[in-house]
Amino acid sequence: MFLTFITFLPFFGAVFLAFMPKENENGIKQTALAIAVADFLLSLLLWTNFDDNTHKMQFGVNIPWIEAWGINYHIGMDGISLLLFVMTTFLTMICIIASWDVKKHIREYMMAMLALSTGMLGVFIALDLFMFYVFWEFQLVPMYIIVGVWGGPRRIYASVKFFLFTAVGSLLMLVAIIWIYFHIQQTTGVATADILYITDHLDVSLDAQKWLWMAFFLAFAIKVPMFPFHTWLPDAHVEAPTAGSVILAGVLLKMGTYGFLRFNLPFFPQASYEFVPMVAWLSIIGIIYGALVAMVQEDLKKLVAYSSVSHLGFIMLGIFALNPYGIQGALIQNINHGISTSALFLLVGIIYDRRHTRMIAEFGGLAKIMPKYAICFMIVALSSIGLPGMNGFVGEFLVLLGIFQVNGLWAAFATSGVILAACYILWMFQRVMFLELKNPKNMNLKDMNSREMITIAPLIVLIFWIGLYPEPFMKTFDASVTHLVSKVNPENFRPTQEHHEDSHGEHAQLMTPTEMASLNQKLQMPVLIKE
Amino acid sequence: MEPILAPESIDLIALAPVLVLSVFAMMVLVLDLWGGRNKTLLMFTSLVGLLMTAISAFAKHPIPAYSFNDSYVVDHLSLFFICIFTVSSALAILLSADYNEREGIRAGEYYALILFCTVGMILLASSTDMIMIFLGIEIVSICLYVLAGIRRNDHKSNEAALKYFLLGAFATGFLLYGMTLVYGSTGSTNLFKIADFVQHPSAQSNPLLLMGLVLLIIGFGFKVASVPFHMWAPDVYQGAPTPVTAFMAVGPKAAAFAAFFRVFAEAFPKMSPSWELLLSIIAVLSMFVGNLGAIMQTNIKRMLAFSSISHAGYILMAVIAKSSLASSSLLFYMLSYAFMTFGAFGIVIILGRKGEENLEISNYSGLAYKHPVIAISMTIFLLSLGGLPPFAGFVAKFYLFSAAVQEGLITLVIIAVLNSAISLYYYLKVIVFMYMKEQEAEFKISLTPMTLFVVLIGVVGTINLGIFPNAIIALASH
Repeated sequence: MFLTFITFLPFFGAVFLAFMPKENENGIKQTALAIAVADFLLSLLLWTNFDDNTHKMQFGVNIPWIEAWGINYHIGMDGISLLLFVMTTFLTMICIIASWDVKKHIREYMMAMLALSTGMLGVFIALDLFMFYVFWEFQLVPMYIIVGVWGGPRRIYASVKFFLFTAVGSLLMLVAIIWIYFHIQQTTGVATADILYITDHLDVSLDAQKWLWMAFFLAFAIKVPMFPFHTWLPDAHVEAPTAGSVILAGVLLKMGTYGFLRFNLPFFPQASYEFVPMVAWLSIIGIIYGALVAMVQEDLKKLVAYSSVSHLGFIMLGIFALNPYGIQGALIQNINHGISTSALFLLVGIIYDRRHTRMIAEFGGLAKIMPKYAICFMIVALSSIGLPGMNGFVGEFLVLLGIFQVNGLWAAFATSGVILAACYILWMFQRVMFLELKNPKNMNLKDMNSREMITIAPLIVLIFWIGLYPEPFMKTFDASVTHLVSKVNPENFRPTQEHHEDSHGEHAQLMTPTEMASLNQKLQMPVLIKE
Repeated sequence: MEPILAPESIDLIALAPVLVLSVFAMMVLVLDLWGGRNKTLLMFTSLVGLLMTAISAFAKHPIPAYSFNDSYVVDHLSLFFICIFTVSSALAILLSADYNEREGIRAGEYYALILFCTVGMILLASSTDMIMIFLGIEIVSICLYVLAGIRRNDHKSNEAALKYFLLGAFATGFLLYGMTLVYGSTGSTNLFKIADFVQHPSAQSNPLLLMGLVLLIIGFGFKVASVPFHMWAPDVYQGAPTPVTAFMAVGPKAAAFAAFFRVFAEAFPKMSPSWELLLSIIAVLSMFVGNLGAIMQTNIKRMLAFSSISHAGYILMAVIAKSSLASSSLLFYMLSYAFMTFGAFGIVIILGRKGEENLEISNYSGLAYKHPVIAISMTIFLLSLGGLPPFAGFVAKFYLFSAAVQEGLITLVIIAVLNSAISLYYYLKVIVFMYMKEQEAEFKISLTPMTLFVVLIGVVGTINLGIFPNAIIALASH
């Protein structure tokens, strides 16, 4: 129940805020912060109690929810979700500090932030497909409100686009979920949407696997976002308020990669194996395209947004290397991207607060008047490039190692992404921080204040910590990754697969008439229809 | 031909809900005459009548029980539908209280008409004979023609009534013609006998029977407002008084679906290859026309009208699936739909002003910061209508889509989910206005206790069915 408490604490915090008087702005901010800090500390407690040696779900709770359908409130955590969970509570806390100066409707803002936190946490711990879907859709609403209410000039367009893109993808996933539910019921006689049960018992032909895989892929690829589904991301990032961008880059995108690791690979190992080249090429296009487009951006935030597309390509490449190095690299890169890109967005937000513009051309020579800012920016920028000794290097190195074992050419293409990253980041850094301090509007800019330092400092500590001593992070998911890799290993595909492949036809809804008839006969299945 | 009424087949206990409600409806008429137009008394009597009806529906044991020569049935489907009808009629009456005050609708027969309409709906959901179905449909329709035009001095309301009447009469003609053709080719109006008759493959290819089926589909298609028989819906929904609009979108529609489902799932399941495709096309068209049409609307009542067309498209999938899972999903869907629709229309009434003013979506600008509770309730209803968790609309859609997937209607389900995505666009549009636009004019909202009560019931129902649907699902899938 501890896990449940941590997950829903922010939501009830949001409900509590609703009853606070609107005028008491400081009280509202302090309460929100207190809730976020408490949540973060509690989630750290989870980490300390986490057993690294097993891939099994921990802190699990499994109680009936919709008994008539065999749907349970089943939550739990393994190595794949632990760090993402902790990062969510951590970034929520950082975001609330970073939003201290929000002027408009502060109470509603904090409520949306906290509700969003619950939605995201739920996605990472849900172990029932139905429940997962509920959280997956639920977190859309607060994020939509955050972008749409507190965003920039084109915020409504961006927020609706964000919402619809994600919704379209996930609705097809819903069809796949329903299909799986009935398939499991038909083959095993158990009506359940339990993720662990399905992982162990799902047995479908390769063709059906491919269709289902595509349905899940679409939902997650839009979320990641992979090329060519990425077009919502720059809009959403540019229009979102700073904290919105941080959450978006830090956590929401990770829900996509998490989905691949939790569903696509273990549910459809064979299909995943078949689709490796497609995903790899899309990722490589994403890496190079994102980097090239980032290079020509004139808006700082857009540059960071496109760099996200590029970096997420690395993560996808790592996942679909389907070997331990690649997946470990992807997982640690998940965290790294969450730290570095969040820090970049925070830094861009700091300068936007002062100048109300993000155009690179407006700046130049800031290092002279904002030395602290320049130092922080330098560190974060270098970590984003992947300089050895910083977090980005660890992840990118592992991913490249993993993908090199699969295909040297892909590794070579991916490496070019690292070089391009150095180009666009350093070029941007040069134009903003060095050169001459020409623009008179920049003469009197203040350096970072202590609140801003508080938001950036922990991220910088993490950058070096993961860069120099990643062991405490890496070891949390060792066991889970080993287990996952063994599942997607072609040698371990279920032996019945071949047989099924022959007996089935060409399409996903492949049910022969006889099968349909037997399914129909099972209509009055005892579990589904309660006597 | 068998004798029309064998005495032992009259079962008044089975008929209790119809009788109780008719008595109460007449009582309301008489009280209106004697009670000096005492609105509170009329309303109270009507609500008590509905409550008694719901209780008396459970008088018959054991179910299913057939009476009146197998033309009237008390079964699981009809019982659940009676509950939906009484709830929706009660909500409509509660919504009307303050609205009628504001719009100056003084007619006491208003309540009686709603009750009589409910009688027709109960008959529709309980009959297993074409004649009875026709009677039910006529009772419902005639009451609705009057209700739609009850704002006598408003020409939009008159237009709605006339349009509805002319098109409705036409559609009833189609329905009746279809019934005669079916009777002519099968020799019975009883659904079970028809089902027996069409067992033989030779009977199924009778062109007259097929013709009859098509005409039945047209007739029912009109009553549930599915495309291409939907033309009346937007105008009638817009012109009718708002509580009546909410009522029409829920009660009579649910009743028509009950009859639709009964006729096609009980009488003609064997012939499904011949009507499945036609119904699928109608369903798909309804979804697309409803959703794309709703995107264009600026008036919130019209938008909700188009959205109800698209919902008819989704619900038609249950008729096509025609399994027992489909029937329970139909029940659950209609109940959820009742809560969210009445809630949404309740908000429309709260924001509306005298003379059906203030119904543009842009009138909702900035509502969230003036009246946050109202705005958040509306958000809940709209998201639920769009099928987003954790609200009732999501569970309902999940249920319905499951029933369709189980029958292998994957393509239809994919089209339906894509339509859900389209529908989110216009539901979000209202949320955009409420949360993301600046306030344009002062809000003069009429927060009256009864309307607020309906909204509260809507919110509680929508959330409860979304998060704890287990009890209702267990009931629906009995």
